[in-house]
Amino acid sequence: MNTSLPDGVVYTETVVRTPPEKYVEEAPYQIAIVDLPGAGRKTVRILGEYVTIGESVSFDSYRDDVPCYRRSADTKISQISNK
Amino acid sequence: MRDVAIIGIGKTAFGALVDRDLRSLGAVAVKEAIADAQIATSAVEAFYLGNFAGPSFVGQNHLAPYVATAAGLKGVPCTRIENACASGGSAFFHAWLSVASGAYDTVVAGGVEKMTSQATPRVTEILSAAGDMATEGAAGATFPALFAMIARRHMYEYGTTREQLAAVAVKNHANGAMNPLAHMRKVITLDQALAGRPVSDPLTVYDCSLVSDGAAAVVLVPLSQAHRYTSRGVQILGVSQASDNVALEEKPDITTMPALRQAARQCYEMAGVRPVDIELAEVHDCFTIAEIVATEDLGFVNKGDGGPFVAAGCSAIGGRIPVNTSGGLKSKGHPVGATGVGQICDLVIQLRGDAGPRQVARHRIGLAQNLGGSGATCVVTILGVS
Repeated sequence: MNTSLPDGVVYTETVVRTPPEKYVEEAPYQIAIVDLPGAGRKTVRILGEYVTIGESVSFDSYRDDVPCYRRSADTKISQISNK
Repeated sequence: MRDVAIIGIGKTAFGALVDRDLRSLGAVAVKEAIADAQIATSAVEAFYLGNFAGPSFVGQNHLAPYVATAAGLKGVPCTRIENACASGGSAFFHAWLSVASGAYDTVVAGGVEKMTSQATPRVTEILSAAGDMATEGAAGATFPALFAMIARRHMYEYGTTREQLAAVAVKNHANGAMNPLAHMRKVITLDQALAGRPVSDPLTVYDCSLVSDGAAAVVLVPLSQAHRYTSRGVQILGVSQASDNVALEEKPDITTMPALRQAARQCYEMAGVRPVDIELAEVHDCFTIAEIVATEDLGFVNKGDGGPFVAAGCSAIGGRIPVNTSGGLKSKGHPVGATGVGQICDLVIQLRGDAGPRQVARHRIGLAQNLGGSGATCVVTILGVS
């Protein structure tokens, strides 16, 4: 089930500063609902730089079944630097 | 269906009530409602109790008979109803249904929550289970986070501002300061509200309702029998409960709430009134953005105009439609399971003309709107006095 997901566009987002018990160590962190072409909407965790509505984001990885995305430009930079 | 009236109300103070447990809170409200109705406890034929998370907050299940027996009810069917923050409204709806249908003549609807015995991170975790834990909860969405995402999108689409969100908090605190049963009886300024500690951007602590203990109850009888008990009966002109998806990601547009719109439409139709006829309202301001969305989806203003509506003072006491004259969930407090029934009590207080310094001038028709989760359950009620 944990296959790669398509790139998406941020529909809405928030930075969580008062976390639930299980994520106390991780706060602050950003979550977003992203529009994925042909795959509906998903609630995702944003890694790296914070994103805003309308920005493009790319799939990064799954963490405990939660899809994690990052700003598309970030992804490109990291891909370049990996070469 | 028979017409139904409210003949008694009972409500504890909302707040951090350290010396009260869930059972005694619920019992106090039920006993008070029965006393206010001037009926015998033995006349009550059924009891519906709204409660969201007693098992998580205080480790107790089987809450309806647990509370009912402490209030002196014996042998009658007692049922707990859980619909997140709309648990109380749902209990009220089902109590109404049981009287309107002719099944019973005298029914109590109550609601109770005991929240303050847990620390904030645990409370946050328990409340987040009103959303979809497999998707939203797993990603780290708290309850404020869901409404923060609604706020962000509303700001993006309609130009709603931080100042307009804060105006909801300022108004409701001003009202709550005049309510002796409110949790936080404190007037706040716009600057204070804007400078609050961030909870989930763009929401600060002043955009969030309070974590409270409290209980509320009402007694319902057929309208045709109400005069036997009281001259101060209040008629239920309309009541409707509707539902929608739990997860925000399953909704096409998160700036509007289909369950709210559906419940409102059905309720207006049943009551035979239009939004313009509503003289005051208690709406579910679990977060400031929720009041803005509610005033839009209830038809008080056009979509997107909820921010300017509150910022211009149209929903203040003395405004076009006073909203949350009790202080709302924001200032009065939000003991989740009690909230929906508490709103009904607060409306009845206004319709009876008993609201003291916060009394509104026109008080013949009032509306209450109780929301569950981020919109998956909504109950809308219209009350009237002739």
